[in-house]
Amino acid sequence: MKLFAKYRILLPVVSLAVLLAATFYMQPRAMSYFGLNLLFNLAVPIALATIAQMMIIMVNDIDLSLGAFVSLVACVTATFLNDSPMLGVLILLALVLCYAALGAVIHALDLPAIVVTLGMSFVWGGLALFILPSPGGASPGWLRALMTVKPPYIPMAVCASVIIAVVTHLLIIRSGIGTVLRGVGGNDRSVQRAGWPVVRLKALAYGLAGLFGVFAGMALVGLTTSADANIALRYTLLSIAGVILGGGEFTGGKVSPVGAVIGALTLTLAASFLSFLRLSPDWQIGAQGAILILVLTARLLFTRRDAQA
Amino acid sequence: MSTAAPSAAPIVALTEAAKHFGPVRALDGVSLSISPGDCLGLVGHNGAGKSTLVNVVNGGLAPTSGSVAFPASGGTTALAAGVRSVFQELSLCPNLTVAENLRISHSALKGMNWRGPARVEIRAALDQVFPGNGIDADAPVDTLTIAERQMVEIAIGFAPRGTEAKLVILDEPTSSLDAGIAEQLLAHIKRFCADGGAVIFISHMLGEIFEVATRILVMKDGKVVAEKPAGGFTRQGLVDAMGHVAAEGAAAQAARVQGAEVVHTPEGLRAREGEIVGLSGLAGHGQAEALARLYLGATSSWRSPREAGLVFVAGDRGRDGVLPLWSILRNASISILPQIARRGMVDRTRETEIIAEWKKRIGIRTDDVTNPILSLSGGNQQKVLFARALASAAPVVVMDDPMRGVDVGTKQDVYAMIRAEAAKGRTFLWYSTETEEVCQCDRVFVFRNGEISAELTGDEITEERILEASFEMEGA
Repeated sequence: MKLFAKYRILLPVVSLAVLLAATFYMQPRAMSYFGLNLLFNLAVPIALATIAQMMIIMVNDIDLSLGAFVSLVACVTATFLNDSPMLGVLILLALVLCYAALGAVIHALDLPAIVVTLGMSFVWGGLALFILPSPGGASPGWLRALMTVKPPYIPMAVCASVIIAVVTHLLIIRSGIGTVLRGVGGNDRSVQRAGWPVVRLKALAYGLAGLFGVFAGMALVGLTTSADANIALRYTLLSIAGVILGGGEFTGGKVSPVGAVIGALTLTLAASFLSFLRLSPDWQIGAQGAILILVLTARLLFTRRDAQA
Repeated sequence: MSTAAPSAAPIVALTEAAKHFGPVRALDGVSLSISPGDCLGLVGHNGAGKSTLVNVVNGGLAPTSGSVAFPASGGTTALAAGVRSVFQELSLCPNLTVAENLRISHSALKGMNWRGPARVEIRAALDQVFPGNGIDADAPVDTLTIAERQMVEIAIGFAPRGTEAKLVILDEPTSSLDAGIAEQLLAHIKRFCADGGAVIFISHMLGEIFEVATRILVMKDGKVVAEKPAGGFTRQGLVDAMGHVAAEGAAAQAARVQGAEVVHTPEGLRAREGEIVGLSGLAGHGQAEALARLYLGATSSWRSPREAGLVFVAGDRGRDGVLPLWSILRNASISILPQIARRGMVDRTRETEIIAEWKKRIGIRTDDVTNPILSLSGGNQQKVLFARALASAAPVVVMDDPMRGVDVGTKQDVYAMIRAEAAKGRTFLWYSTETEEVCQCDRVFVFRNGEISAELTGDEITEERILEASFEMEGA
């Protein structure tokens, strides 16, 4: 079966399909417009955060501040963007530029991204607490309307996931600049020798990550209608898991945007599936971890066997 | 040989260009001009400054003093002047496809529909340089063999890429190609120069230099020590100019007493104590894999003994050789740490002593072994890897094409050392792409399509027999 090595996207698709089938078997009522939306609507911000993480992993770095960043964005969205939209937009724009600058600094000073982003996670977290010391705020009306829109036939959550996957696929896999960005992850010296300013490319990758991080925070507020400084802390690890589940690699610029979205959906679904199993919440996080390890083991076994074949 | 009209402006002109790295004068005042139609053969032993010269020409390094100009194009950058480089260490993006790799260095490909033109261009370039190669433009580079990757890299160097290649610098382009493919490349270089292009060709294979070069430049210690038309040199004269006296014709093989069989793999690879066993055949036919299976099976399994009795000398230094962040000393001593440990702690004094001795014996060119390993030239890094292997007590040494990109003088030193170590009872398993090296072995296994197709011993080891065994049935 060389299939899995040739088409890396196959395993994430199969994992999602198996999990989905199991969920429908446990709870047939989920197999409906409303059920699907309920199952997947929290996957939209996770998918966006996963794409953000993927941008960083694509250039061989890792972002440990993403959860705190998304939380901060959520706090800004629920306060400034709601109260004075102009200021809110400016703040969010500044946050994206911060990310781009971070990328440039990490590359220019040759700093380990893991350390810098870990440090930045405390900065983001502090700012979020400063803006919103206690849970509260409100979602801007248009954002709420966007996240609860009911398109015909296909639920919003599925629509949004498909759009995210297609847009980022075009951006990262098909476009020329996306190819060069993946090239930075594969062999940055070769990209540099071809005359590309790698520092700007890294800034671009980080800037894109910041942009998708901002989208993730806004989507989250649109769904939950309020924010909290700790609302998205678990997104850091979820997004990393999503990228890897989706067939990405930690190094070498091997990423798949479609896979990353599917990975995010799988992670969200795993949580619902465990609830349907009536598993005690005490065990759920552990069980979620077990599912993750299972899928990753399967992937490792398949790719290793195919590599030998 | 074609020569351009004398009126043509040189593509690149260096005037007293020098490059210093701290106290090291890597390039010490070189003047040079390359005109359309030139094929410049560049030779010199490791650390002579060839790579630095190349990097100054292609704009990778700014000269400390002196100037680099591109009169033909009138531009200031090497990129705009059509100067391309194909590097010795493979420098493609392994995660991208062949066509995507072309995109990296082809900024004229724009818009969403760049893939089609990219595919066409790289296919055309590949077919032009290496007719009949059969490399898929949509294959990810990490699924290709090293030889195929090198071919792709060379093709990208010659591809038009929106402008036109004026000067292509090839740094050891044939070291991972087999003879037939290398021949295709040499033929293409001649065509390219006849059409008004220029090439700087760096190789340790003097035969190739004499075949393609119109002019030969000999470097030593950062200076040009000789520059003449190719006809002005003899092979021996060239070697002398480089500053090494290579023994022409391998010394007669002394018959050695050989002991018990120490290696025997299921696929039929066998070696006796004190024997030098060669693995030959066309590049990429399973020799490296056979060695890796043997070595990893003996050393890296769960239950393998602490002293496996095998050591490995890597050919692909970047991938499985050097520890890039460590010093020369640490890189060399890693194989002996358990033996010289005292109660689990590394004995720094003995470590330093042992490595200082090996530095002297192998001739690693450095003032201070605590310098980072990457401060050394490629050939000297390889010497460190030899020191690492030979310093250990392991009776079997596995070598995966270790002489890739190593100069003639160093090679002779290492051959002598291998013979001396073998005489003391060590066994060597030696994969090499160079027939000359394989002919020094006591026994040779020729690989074809991942299997052993012939076992040759003693007088049977000749270039003809090896080629015969590599190519047999290939035409069918």
